[in-house]
This record gives sequence, C-alpha cells and structure tokens, in this order.
Amino acid sequence: MDKAQIWQILQTISDPEIPVVSLVEMGIVREVEVEGEAVTVTITPTFAGCPAMRVMQEDIVRSLKGQGATQVQVKTQIAPAWTSDWISEEARLKLKAFGLAPPLKHDGDLNIILLDIARCPRCNSRNTRLQNNFGSTLCRSIYTCNNCKEPFEQFKAI
Amino acid sequence: MIATLNTTQILNDWLLATADDQLILAHRDSEWTGHAPILEEDIALANIAQDELGHATLWYNLLMQLKSENEDYPDRLVYQREANQWRNVQLVELPKGDWAFTMLRQYFMDAYEHVLMSHLEKSQHQNIADIAAKIHREELYHYKHSSAWVKRLALGTDESYQRMQAALNQQWPYIGQLFALAPGEASLVEAGIIPDPAILQNDWQKLVLPLLSTGQLDLPEVSNRFSSRAEHSLHLNQLLNDLQKVFRLDPEADW
Repeated sequence: MDKAQIWQILQTISDPEIPVVSLVEMGIVREVEVEGEAVTVTITPTFAGCPAMRVMQEDIVRSLKGQGATQVQVKTQIAPAWTSDWISEEARLKLKAFGLAPPLKHDGDLNIILLDIARCPRCNSRNTRLQNNFGSTLCRSIYTCNNCKEPFEQFKAI
Repeated sequence: MIATLNTTQILNDWLLATADDQLILAHRDSEWTGHAPILEEDIALANIAQDELGHATLWYNLLMQLKSENEDYPDRLVYQREANQWRNVQLVELPKGDWAFTMLRQYFMDAYEHVLMSHLEKSQHQNIADIAAKIHREELYHYKHSSAWVKRLALGTDESYQRMQAALNQQWPYIGQLFALAPGEASLVEAGIIPDPAILQNDWQKLVLPLLSTGQLDLPEVSNRFSSRAEHSLHLNQLLNDLQKVFRLDPEADW
C-alpha cells in the first residue's frame, strides 16, 4: 500500500462529531509515512480536551487494516497547533450545508474571537447574535439568526 | 537546599504543579454540571471544565514523556496521590461556592493562564512552548466568558455586587501563591524556561485590576499567604475523596 492509497482511504474517514467531513478535510491528519509494511499516520487534536481523539485513532486503524494494511500506528502531535484555518474550502461548504457555520479565517489573529461574527448557514444573513461561546461540543458556539429567527451553531475560530 | 535539587527534578515539579492547577480547577468547574443557574451556563462551564482537563492532560503527558513513564502515569497521578502529594495552588481547591465565587475564580485563573501562556509560548523548552501555543487559543474563549461574568455581576444588582465583593474578599489572600517561586525555580527562570513571576504578576494585574475597578470592587487589605504548594486545606481531601472514590473501589480494574 503506498502513500497515495493511504491518503485516499483516510479521506473517507468521517470526523466522529461532524460526519459530513473527513479527518483529512478537517486538517486533522498531518502526515503519512510508509516503511515497508509499517504505516504511521500522524494526527493532531482540534481542541486539547477533544474526547473524539481515541475514536479517530481506532477508526484509522480499523479502516487501513480493513483495506489490507498489516501494521498501522497512529501518532498524536500537538505542534504546530491545529488551527481552524486548516479546514479546507470544500469542507467549509459541507459544514454550511450541514447547518454548522464555518469558522472565520483569522490568519493567526485571534482577536476575531471578540467580534462575535457569524453568518447564518440557512439564510446567509450576517444579522446574527451570539447566544453562547460554548455549545454541544468543545469546537462549537451557539448563535441565533435575527433574520430567519433560527438558532445555529458555528465552528469556533481557533 | 537549592544545591540539592537538580534541574530535571525542578522542571518536573513545576510541570506537576502546572498540571495540578488545571486538573483541580477542572474538577471544581465540573461540580456545576447539571446544577448551573441556567442551561447555557451549564453547557459553557462543562465545556470549560473539559478544556481545562485537556490542558492538564497535555502537561501530565509531557511529564510522563520526560520521565519515560508508562501510559498509565497520568491516571496514576490523578487517582492515586494523597492530598499532600498534590502541588496545585489553594485557590483552585476552595469549594465552588456560589456562582459569583466560581466565576471570579475562573476569571482569575483564566487571566493567569492567558499571561502565563503568552510567556511560555516563547519558552526555551520546545515542548513547553508547543503546549502553551495549543492551550493559549482555547484560553481566550474562557477569558472572554469569565471576564464578562465578573463585569456583569459586579455591575448588576445590589445582591450580585455583594456576592462578587464577598468572593473577592475570600479569594484575594490566595492570589500571591500563583506568583511565588518554588525552591530552585529561579534556575528555570534564568534558563528562559519559565517567566519571571514578578513580570507575570505585573501582566496579570494589568488585566485584572482595571476590570475590578470598573466593577467598583474594593481590594481587601490582606496579607498574602505564601504557603508552599505542598500545603493544602482540608477541602482538597474532600475533593480527592470524590474524584478518586470510584477508582479506589477497585484499583486493579481494567477500564
């Protein structure tokens, strides 16, 4: 199994908390190494306390072994720290279709957190208000749209 | 005294103290889960507790790595240590109190972590700098949240103001411990691994004092308690009793 095949398989593994996007699209998979039969996949947590890390590791091992890999190791690294800027354009569209507003791009300037800006994923209005910086998972904030009156979640910029 | 401690041991002790602050704070926050005044805050504080637990884990994991310990090392540290083996500051072990007490403590700790991580991101110890960079981004959300609550309660009703002032009176004597150097830690400061606590305290005050002043809260005149991090109140025993109860029922159980 070569690197390209492995990346292709990883592309099919869903984020356990957001099933419409893959671990690769989320920027969680950082590196794939192949040495003979030994495959090493390096992943990085989105949030330090993310409880889905274990599930991701198990999913990666199961998927790769299911497609013929014999030795799979999953390593975790924290540097460089994961940033929501790494979420691909394609994944941002999928998040929006899923009803989860994509995070604002910040290029490292996290003062953007203080602005409470979100665009409603349903009606596209920017006229929204923050309800809670914390939501159903570590990576989500809760907003309400003043235009269509619907509540929605936003993936946090980080 | 100092000559008998080697740098590795001093660094390990510092990591343990840093991790313990986070773990005990996370536990106190988690005590509100299912009990917070409104649903949104229940969710928010449960998230914050989970983040702090994640931060504690990063520090425990680094300690495990540096000491070449086994994977169960963080669990052993959390579930098997007696109170006198913990190195958290006393501020975080105080009972959760009312909402004003919890929010003020969270705010003090968020401001502390914010300034600490700003310095540690530039640490000469690469692993520490990497962890600080990871933690710092998450802490910004905490800081935003807890500072808003302190302001809201201080400027709210007479009762919310009284409660915030009472929380400040209780907590202020414990602040000094956050900025006290343990024996030998001056060598870590000299090596550029951790920041000079005087600078850290100054940075912290620049954040905290204007907010307390905006809320018209009066700083109590108290002498700081500079006790060692090995000294704890009985509150920690009670907390550990809760935290370790299930583990101690069957220490050999395979989870």
